Amino acid sequence: MKQVYFLGRKAIAIISGIGRALILLISALAHVPNPKKGFPLLLNQLYAVGVLSLVIIIVSGTFIGMVLALQGYTILVGYGAEASLGPMVALSLIRELGPVIAALLFAGRAGSALTAEIGLMKATEQLSSLEMMAVDPLRRIIAPRFWAGLISLPLLTAMFSAVGILGAHLVGVDWLGVDSGTFWSVMQGQVDFEKDIVNSIIKSIVFAFVITWIAVFKGYDCDPTSEGISKATTATVVQSSLWVLSLDFILTALMFSN
Amino acid sequence: MHLLLKRGLQNYNMSEILVDIRNMTFKREERVIYNDISLSIPKGKVTAIMGPSGIGKTTLLRLIGGQLKPESGNIFFDGKDIPRLSRNALYETRKRMSMLFQSGALFSEMSVYDNIAFPIREHTNLPENLIEKMVLMKLEAVGLRGARGLRPSELSGGMARRAALARSIALDPELILYDEPFAGQDPISMGVIVRLIRSLNDALGLTSVVVSHDVPEVMGIADYIYIIAEQKIIGQGTPEQIAEQTSPLVRQFVNGESDGPVPFHYKAAPYREELIRKTVFTNNRRG
Amino acid sequence: MVSKKVELMVGFFVALGIGALLMLALKVADSGLSGSDETYNLYAKFDNVGGLKVRSPIKVGGVVVGRVSDISLDVEDYTPVVTLKIYAKYNNFSEATSVSILTAGLLGEQYIGLLPGFIDEDIEILVTGDFIEDTKPALVLEELIGQFLFSQGSDD
Repeated sequence: MKQVYFLGRKAIAIISGIGRALILLISALAHVPNPKKGFPLLLNQLYAVGVLSLVIIIVSGTFIGMVLALQGYTILVGYGAEASLGPMVALSLIRELGPVIAALLFAGRAGSALTAEIGLMKATEQLSSLEMMAVDPLRRIIAPRFWAGLISLPLLTAMFSAVGILGAHLVGVDWLGVDSGTFWSVMQGQVDFEKDIVNSIIKSIVFAFVITWIAVFKGYDCDPTSEGISKATTATVVQSSLWVLSLDFILTALMFSN
Repeated sequence: MHLLLKRGLQNYNMSEILVDIRNMTFKREERVIYNDISLSIPKGKVTAIMGPSGIGKTTLLRLIGGQLKPESGNIFFDGKDIPRLSRNALYETRKRMSMLFQSGALFSEMSVYDNIAFPIREHTNLPENLIEKMVLMKLEAVGLRGARGLRPSELSGGMARRAALARSIALDPELILYDEPFAGQDPISMGVIVRLIRSLNDALGLTSVVVSHDVPEVMGIADYIYIIAEQKIIGQGTPEQIAEQTSPLVRQFVNGESDGPVPFHYKAAPYREELIRKTVFTNNRRG
Repeated sequence: MVSKKVELMVGFFVALGIGALLMLALKVADSGLSGSDETYNLYAKFDNVGGLKVRSPIKVGGVVVGRVSDISLDVEDYTPVVTLKIYAKYNNFSEATSVSILTAGLLGEQYIGLLPGFIDEDIEILVTGDFIEDTKPALVLEELIGQFLFSQGSDD
């Protein structure tokens, strides 16, 4: 009997959690930042969420591109197919590694920061005090962060893929001696704009949506204690990583399986 | 200040009631916090709500502010029933009140100046030079004009509370809710805050609600006092009336006696029995 | 309340992001501008298309003049029909043009090679929707090896 109670309590907690998350999402989406007062808020959040994630994205992207070229070259050269290095690197980056790794890094860098910031605002009664000042925290705090995340990650993903390809060019062409013209032209023959690049952007938008949603919700819904904030921050990183990886599988299956 | 003082005196109307709580019951999960209480807060006065800690005095302020909804009963603010207002109407009503949080709740990423300008910028479209004048006036009123450039983290506890007070009067509200304004203050800043609450109330014609358990300070500034304990109002009256009350509960609270109707010991099994019975400690919250 | 530094950095960030997107679209996929060129469709029936794929290049003497836009099976005679999307500026192929499926290198990608036919007064120019009659199917390695072995055997 006790187990049944436990199960029921858990189920109610999960469902009401989903409900609260949905309410938060709808309110955040309803508050598209208005041009006059909302735009500066959005700009500040783009800085916090996007610009501050720039370094980690560019450095990781470059190194991953370089490693891909190095590994790919040693495999391809065995078949005399090093001309395919360009498309191999470009397709892996654009289709999978770009959206996924950028999303995971984003969850760790920006998602956790969002949760901790909002959680701390809750713990120090700043959210309550906004409400009492008749300023809706969903509009003032949540919505700009949500939109900033939604805008930033697709841009970061494009940068990740682009610097990855440049890194691969550096290793493949400048160090290992693949012909530069072949590198680019074979790549261009294989990479399709709609199938690969547009799908990559769609993936990154979906990931951005999920990560920012989880991050702002976990912060907004956390226990206003130091323990609660640390739990919420961990939950943001763990849950958004799991969601990104599983959604990536579903999206890939939908997009690339004809 | 003199001009404001005059306006305050005009508003000084004894009979009007700004906040009226009628037969309100509030529960948190299963625990009853308030059981069918009624109280009214007159306009232009300092009303204090006292009681031992942990009985939900802050909850009462959140109920008045509409952040929590009662189980049953009404909370009228100037005739509007707060728990039944729509979201928009509630936000509209909140523009007429403000709350001083225990922690101050200043926005940590802004300077003191921007904190106080914040509600003005949010709710009005005034030009920046006018906002500056308003902010300086509010800062002057709390004596922090020189600290406008500091960050909240650079302020002492007392200064943070004064800055928060300046922010809560930024838009000249009708009602200020003070949540434990004296808690954790040294005697000097305590004196400053006592003086500020009284003088702002009289000068701006505000209505103040002070939630506190600091008996001497409250006795000093309140016009009317409610004492809450055990989910009920156990005593009320002017400070003089409270001092003369004979109810043992009120006496215990006002005189700060450690044992009495509110027992020193949390509910437990008899001491001797527990010492003799050699059992493993079980968590009695679950039991 | 937005500092100049924040404005500058966000502007820089957005510009960089858009730059990266443009690079992916133009340099990596090579589709942004050339993809919007005017094209017209020709059709060709092959006995065997081998490993030809949609988007495989169509070349005349090594120069790309278009791409394969569709490969389907004619349900009447069960032969593969390839749709050739040719850039509109190459609009002077005659009816005598022949088309074959070629392979780049031994194991490379397959592409379509166009051999422009002679132009004469009685020979018409191909327009959109026309079929190219003269087609050579893809060489399939297994068949080649089979033929080779067969001819070796019969020589004795």
